[in-house]
Amino acid sequence: MRRLILALGVSVLLSACTSAVKLDDSKVEDKTGTAVSKTGADGTGAAKTDVKPVDVGDSKKDGMAPNGPRIVYFDYDSYVIKPEFQAVIDANARHIKADKTRKVVIEGHTDERGGREYNLALGQRRSEAVRRALTLLGVPDGQLEAVSFGKEKPVAAGSDESAWSRNRRAEISYR
Amino acid sequence: MTTDRISQHPSFAAPLLPLRRQLLAALIASPSIPALAQFRVEVTGVGLTQLPIAIAPFRGEAQSPQKIAAIVQADLERSGQFRAIDASGAALDETARPDVALWRQKSADSLATGSVTRLADGRFDVRFRLWDVVKGQDLGGQSFVVTQGDLRLVSHRIADFIYEKLTGERGIFSTRIAYVTKTGPRYSLWVADADGENAQSALSSPEPIISPAWSPNGGQLAYVSFESRKPVVYAHDVATGKRRLIANFKGSNSAPAWAPNGRTLAVTLSRDGGSQLFTVDANGGDVRRLSQSSGIDTEPVYSPDGSSIFFVSDRGGAPQIYKMPAAGGDAQRVTFSGNYNISPSLSPDGRWLAYISRVNGAFKLHLMDLNSGTVTALTDTAADESPSFAPNSRLIVYATQQQGREALMTTTLDGKIKARLAGQGGDIREPDWGPFPK
Repeated sequence: MRRLILALGVSVLLSACTSAVKLDDSKVEDKTGTAVSKTGADGTGAAKTDVKPVDVGDSKKDGMAPNGPRIVYFDYDSYVIKPEFQAVIDANARHIKADKTRKVVIEGHTDERGGREYNLALGQRRSEAVRRALTLLGVPDGQLEAVSFGKEKPVAAGSDESAWSRNRRAEISYR
Repeated sequence: MTTDRISQHPSFAAPLLPLRRQLLAALIASPSIPALAQFRVEVTGVGLTQLPIAIAPFRGEAQSPQKIAAIVQADLERSGQFRAIDASGAALDETARPDVALWRQKSADSLATGSVTRLADGRFDVRFRLWDVVKGQDLGGQSFVVTQGDLRLVSHRIADFIYEKLTGERGIFSTRIAYVTKTGPRYSLWVADADGENAQSALSSPEPIISPAWSPNGGQLAYVSFESRKPVVYAHDVATGKRRLIANFKGSNSAPAWAPNGRTLAVTLSRDGGSQLFTVDANGGDVRRLSQSSGIDTEPVYSPDGSSIFFVSDRGGAPQIYKMPAAGGDAQRVTFSGNYNISPSLSPDGRWLAYISRVNGAFKLHLMDLNSGTVTALTDTAADESPSFAPNSRLIVYATQQQGREALMTTTLDGKIKARLAGQGGDIREPDWGPFPK
């Protein structure tokens, strides 16, 4: 919407071999008396559509962030902000409000269990919970955007609770 | 009981360790190791009616960069409808009249023979013929002249011809699948042959790519890209690399699904808060909200006739699959057993619903007969994801984990024949099976 950071580095280095399958017009020599049929008039159906590769450039860098924690962790299957993370919300709310030009994206994340799209929706609940908590402290909604990465960007590798608990999070990202 | 077979050499029925199996396959397949090393079809269960077929090595194959007979055989085996009869050592081509009694003795019902010849201009002349050895009847053949790059495609076309002649149904071997790999910090979207080989990169990005979906005409892929560090839906013309934004609203944009007419997509947007279903015009714009729930609504898919949308919602407290009219309206619940049912996929013939169900903490591919409501579990793996039907409704491709690595598998609808698809190195995921070529 607002900022479409489409760093579209289109690399044009593809094999330029778009060759339709051409049919042999001559009949196959056939000692048994039956000719191998040509592949029909629609032989171009075998033509391979080449795939032109697109290369997306590097991600945009972050903007000015406050010192101190910017991550809120969640319990399993929960998007309730636990009391121990209220201080993280408070400090970031002050920092955002101090400069009306600051734009913040809250990124929700889940652990690895379950489907990618459903986890995207679960991560969205976490980011929206943080966004609501910030707006309750007077941060204008226009400075905030809540998005989700689902399970796509874990910070901890591994398939145990210690990794999962670090991956169930919302990150306050200054852009 | 489970037996594993190396498809191009079915006499190796003894259980072998995977690495050893691949080594053996490589030895047998040399010199074309990359093309063949990963062909592997797993057969479970008994009582299958499979057509026994012998595919003789194509004359001239030793000089061909692609081993056509092996590709054809692996295709047919993966379909679950064929059983390969050993034809190694047979010196036959499409002009020869085979000794049908000999092949009957080997309990083959059919036999394919052929040849591949390199022409002076560097192209290859590929010819084949199919025989009914029970009746001693010539079932026809085809010939192609192609560049080296199209030899695999020709092999798949031959498999389609044989499949169609012998089963009466259209084959899917020359269709394409899309999938995503993660290799180190790079994400790539690939377009590959239906056996996972011959992959060509459509998109490469430092940020995740998920949920690729082929347009009904097979020319475009819609997907979710995080390249702007949030989920945004694009449509991508595969041949030209041209991309356009489908949904880039405030918040998250995800789960694209094409309407069968190709003019509309259903997507999940969080722009109004929560994750809710919308439709957007395929050229952008004309956004309409479809669902109104206080919970999560996501993963829409259109029924093949375009009249309804199946989707996932946790409106009842846990994720279940529902269906509603394509223009929005009252939703009916479709899945009832279990408390986590996601990722619906409908067969193109409208008979089947494939989805992922959590059972005792494991995520497993399930299949529902939409007429009877009967549900079958198809796998014994524990992290299945993203099922997608072949255009002839006879196979499902899905992602899973094997030995700690992400892999793509195909399965027949009875779950008895599974094949691991070849693919790039690294983790491989998010398959979507493209339509029949138009």
